[in-house]
Amino acid sequence: MNWTHYAPAVLASFLASFVEFVEALTIVLAVGVTRGWVSAFGGASAGALILAILVVLLGPSLHTFPVHILQIAIGVLLLLFGTRWLRKAVLRAAGVLDLRDEEKVFTRQREALGKHTNTGATLDGVAFVTSLKAVFIEGLEVVFVVIAVGAAGGMILPASIGALGAGLVVVSLGVLLHKPLSRVPENNLKFAVGVLLSAFGVFWVGEGLGYQWFGEDWSIVALITGFLTVSLVMVRVGQRRSAAVMTPR
Amino acid sequence: MNWIKQTWLGLLGLFVDDGSLAVALIAWVLAAAFLLPRILPAEWTGLVLFVGVALILIENVARSARTKRKN
Repeated sequence: MNWTHYAPAVLASFLASFVEFVEALTIVLAVGVTRGWVSAFGGASAGALILAILVVLLGPSLHTFPVHILQIAIGVLLLLFGTRWLRKAVLRAAGVLDLRDEEKVFTRQREALGKHTNTGATLDGVAFVTSLKAVFIEGLEVVFVVIAVGAAGGMILPASIGALGAGLVVVSLGVLLHKPLSRVPENNLKFAVGVLLSAFGVFWVGEGLGYQWFGEDWSIVALITGFLTVSLVMVRVGQRRSAAVMTPR
Repeated sequence: MNWIKQTWLGLLGLFVDDGSLAVALIAWVLAAAFLLPRILPAEWTGLVLFVGVALILIENVARSARTKRKN
């Protein structure tokens, strides 16, 4: 195994987790600012704890599946997950869909939370559950990415390091700035993650089906290049068509 | 129960956004599993698998772009 194998795993895991942590941070910050930090941190900690329990309980069962079945299953899930992100990122980059705005999400979340009556209790139920759900659902995506990127190729450790690094960076920035990370180029990150995960998906489906690859491990780099090229062309074509639609004749 | 339903929908949403994309990809993987090895030399199967996925993605993005602009 060489860097062509584990570097994309660390990068894919870091970038995907970074996006998820940013989305979770926006909601936890909105909860903390609007309803109080005790409930926000309590909910976030409970969400993280439930995730950790699930990983500990279900993680070892992965080894009970035959390797080829695991590779195909993970490959298909990566394909579905990766192309979903890539499709949306291409449509956003081409101007067909609006870009996600963390400031808007933050404001919307604050307004929604402000409508609920605050009971004055130390632990606010609405805040606790909102924070818990955000961390659990976004965290579930992080866990999936780490398992999907790492399990099929015995790279759980590099993938976990990528996710852990992303978590540390986002939490540190959140603590320092105390506001949503709206300047993070989220669509570019999703674009990159979509490319990487789609490439991994095709590779693991092929491995599971016993395909031969030109260049063996280097084929991952070739697949990443292929998806990147196709996606950039789609964005360019989409932008031209958007411009043609916007320009009056 | 609402919380379980929301979590399940969230979990499903991880993988499926546009149902037609998911169905096309799964159908292509099935075809790749049962057809490609019979009709292609082994060293070409990986490349054709990638080309099929890329074409499905291109078709879906083009169709989504047309639909969104009409709206």
